[in-house]
Amino acid sequence: MKDILTQLNPVFDHRNRLGIMSILAVNDWVDYNTLKELLNLTDGNLASHMKPLEAAQYVEYRKQFVGRRPQTTYAATQAGKAAFKAHLDALESLLKINEQK
Amino acid sequence: MNEQLEHLAAMRNLMERSTRFLSLSGLSGVWAGACALVGAYFVRYYLDAQFVRDFNDVYYERGGPVTAREYEMLLVLTALAVLAAALAGGWFFTARKAKKRGERVWEASSRRLLWALAVPLTTGGVFCLALLYWNLIGLVAPATLVFYGLALFNGSKFTLRDVGSLGICQIVLGLTGLFYPGYGLELWSLGFGVLHILYGGWMWIRYDHIAAR
Repeated sequence: MKDILTQLNPVFDHRNRLGIMSILAVNDWVDYNTLKELLNLTDGNLASHMKPLEAAQYVEYRKQFVGRRPQTTYAATQAGKAAFKAHLDALESLLKINEQK
Repeated sequence: MNEQLEHLAAMRNLMERSTRFLSLSGLSGVWAGACALVGAYFVRYYLDAQFVRDFNDVYYERGGPVTAREYEMLLVLTALAVLAAALAGGWFFTARKAKKRGERVWEASSRRLLWALAVPLTTGGVFCLALLYWNLIGLVAPATLVFYGLALFNGSKFTLRDVGSLGICQIVLGLTGLFYPGYGLELWSLGFGVLHILYGGWMWIRYDHIAAR
């Protein structure tokens, strides 16, 4: 049990960060506003949850102009996807152990 | 632990919602089917009544006011009118469902769905124009079924999964029709009319009624 708990990634220790990673795991590039709407978050909230993911280099971003408006799009990095998968595996075994009890 | 389970459910929901357009209404299908049946009825009992067809698929007038070339034009116009009515109604029901679910119709997932549909559909459209150009009129109806089925199968990755099996049914009907060109209109009505109504009705009951309860 203890072993598994240490495998849970502290970077993902919030439902919104898990949400961001879920969306980025199944999509190539997602723009900021779409993420905001899907997760039902405010600008500041999404930015603050994105920061630790960026710091861990789990997500990368691109800034470009659509017409005159700047647009930021996000994608999960290889490292991010691997870390997310490891986290999910840990969650899974945690749930399994719990079932056996 | 329950918290983790809740997280997992939320994540699954986000993965679905960010890739699939789930506001597609079953009523859109029922409506499209009804439009197709009205169109087919019009062709069979109004247009065809004015013509006799011989074994080589050549049309002879039976004292009707239109020539064979005009007949073809009327066929194309009827098809376009059916398409326009089906799309307009389809948009209406889907927009209504999206509004109810608090989603937008024009978003990343619906754009992806439309794109996945558009490539096979446009290809099919041009293909059918080529068939008309070479006077292979008997193959047009089954060809529309085949390409529409391919479009649905392709698009099913980005919306409700049932759309994929509807696509396969349309492809089977269309391929059958290619070998029985005389039954083009019947198979077309079966595919675009009856199947749409059955599938649309089933999806409406399953996703809008059972899910809402």
